[in-house]
Amino acid sequence: MDLFEYQGKQYFAKFGIPVSAGGVAVTVDEAVKVAEASQYPVVVKAQVQVGGRGKAGGIKLANNADEVRLHAGNILGMDIKGHVVKRIWVEHASDIDEEYYASFTLDRAAKKHLLMLSAQGGVEIEEVAEKDPDAIVKLHINPVDGLSEKVARQAAVDAKIPAKALDGVAKILVQLYDCFTAGDCDLAEINPLILKPTGEVHALDAKVSLDGNAEYRHPEWAEYSATEELDDREQLAREKGLQYIGLSGTVGIIANGAGLAMSTLDVVNQVGGTAANFLDIGGGANADQMAAALEVINFDKDVKSIFINIFGGITRGEEVAKGIVEAMKRVNLRAPIVIRLDGTNAEEGREILASAGIPESKLMSKPTMLEAARAAVALANGK
Amino acid sequence: MAIFVNENTKVIVQGLTGGQGKFHGLRNRAYGTNVVGGVTPGKGGQDVEGIPVFDSVADAVKATGADASFIAVPPKAAAAAILEAAKAGITFIVCITEGIPAQDEAKVFNTLLRDYPKVRLLGPNCPGIISPGKCNIGITAGEIAELPSAKGPNVGIVSRSGTLTYQALYELKQQGIGVSTCVGIGGDPVPGTSFVDCLAEFQKDPETHAIIMIGEIGGSAEEEAAEFIKANVTKPMSAYIAGVTAPAGKKMGHAGAIVSGGKGTAQGKMDALREAGVQIGLNPTEAGSLMAEIVKGLK
Repeated sequence: MDLFEYQGKQYFAKFGIPVSAGGVAVTVDEAVKVAEASQYPVVVKAQVQVGGRGKAGGIKLANNADEVRLHAGNILGMDIKGHVVKRIWVEHASDIDEEYYASFTLDRAAKKHLLMLSAQGGVEIEEVAEKDPDAIVKLHINPVDGLSEKVARQAAVDAKIPAKALDGVAKILVQLYDCFTAGDCDLAEINPLILKPTGEVHALDAKVSLDGNAEYRHPEWAEYSATEELDDREQLAREKGLQYIGLSGTVGIIANGAGLAMSTLDVVNQVGGTAANFLDIGGGANADQMAAALEVINFDKDVKSIFINIFGGITRGEEVAKGIVEAMKRVNLRAPIVIRLDGTNAEEGREILASAGIPESKLMSKPTMLEAARAAVALANGK
Repeated sequence: MAIFVNENTKVIVQGLTGGQGKFHGLRNRAYGTNVVGGVTPGKGGQDVEGIPVFDSVADAVKATGADASFIAVPPKAAAAAILEAAKAGITFIVCITEGIPAQDEAKVFNTLLRDYPKVRLLGPNCPGIISPGKCNIGITAGEIAELPSAKGPNVGIVSRSGTLTYQALYELKQQGIGVSTCVGIGGDPVPGTSFVDCLAEFQKDPETHAIIMIGEIGGSAEEEAAEFIKANVTKPMSAYIAGVTAPAGKKMGHAGAIVSGGKGTAQGKMDALREAGVQIGLNPTEAGSLMAEIVKGLK
């Protein structure tokens, strides 16, 4: 789960990382209120999860209430690369002497934590990596050992952070590592990490991505889930507890297992179609799960055909088939279904489907994944 | 032969009295696996359909001489369960638990590496392992796995995805091709056992003559496997990589299946494997038929 900048800053603050005084606003009046409390000049920042906000006019400096009104009014509702701005963050504008970069992630190849630190911040780190790779210090940290202030300080020295900022940077690195580990982040990034003329080091931006698997031990994350940007389909799927990702195609997909679901998208694409979604119905695939999945797919107006791809392992083909027949009675589908049922007792399952009295224009059974994909794509393309 | 587990493997089930543990533990026993005990703290002395339950892994190992453990406990208990098994002397741990936080996984992996270097962890979030006819630990439906034939050729399977593993087993069964061992390494970001670990074992195993590998988007395990294959694997291979059309930045069901910053794409993985001499199927069925061709050539 990706956090908005303001949420990331609030998350950082919980771990003691210094951030600018500010607050979030959803209306112009609220923005002015926050600005008055944060001291002028302030920065008004669009809260969207996409890069290039500044260039799009989503970040503005304001010296008084009138300017806050003007900018907040312009930015709220603004469309930045398809993301509509619903919230703005207003904070006291910082004086900046220098800009650095710091982040922690998991290096999956090394199976260790990875610190990336650079004295060149405020620009995209990928850009720095390309133009001047030596300007980025990469340090692996064994999760069993953690990160000490001493090691953090040495990393800052290696990254050529100037002496006057070393103590501040080292301290923030340890705090950011704590946020990354105890806070269960997939990514914790500060860009830019700034040095103020007063000598303080401070997080001017926050990019945080949380590990959904750790949600059970972070009840405070509920507020982040509430603001997550889901489309209506994804919202409905979440309510029904389904693993669903909305896409923009016309073939609705239901498969059992994440790998098989991914594979189903690929095969649909391979035969000239486009998938409307990713949906993993899980191992069981009983009538309740199937009905819930069909409801979500049916809600998507772009869906022209539905491809159900089930491989029976422990769950036998006849159980899956009964589930589908039952689910079709409960959901009034707009689009026809093409099903590929294979694996344990698949034949028995196909017989149940064939003898259920459902016309072929509504439910068609195909023996292989490829044939089923072709049929579903032909239906979606109106052939 | 076969890799990692065989007819001599003695298995305990951590979480045997829970829903998943009981269901799959009993199925594994019915398949013929030596399931010698179960562990549930506070339930020592009970039994599950004749399988004795112990309070701790240490007690279970002492009483049964078990060398493998099947962990089917909820995510919040899984990390401690893995370390408890390692401490008690279990050398092969299969953890099917899905939803373990990545931070816990990274810590467990590195703790095993430092303190218990001889312990092999398979998973978490994996379907388990089956050496057909000998041992089945996990959630694989044993009946879809073809027994290896004495004179071969037999195929080894290694996969990050559960259902695609079953698919591969099924395709081989329909063609009458025997399977030496089928290993599901799981879809999480820090798997205990990697493709490379399995490929090294398959290469050594006299009962394995060819290998199917099933990967997916995210991370670089397939690229590392390609490097390893180039230098070390002489047995013929086919592979399939899921997620060619997966959108960037989204976790596709598995916690580890995500393309981020242009890295971990299916295309990159297919290219790397192809360059290492692996035949690539564009869907699981194609990888299966490519393997059938390979096997024909070996006969």
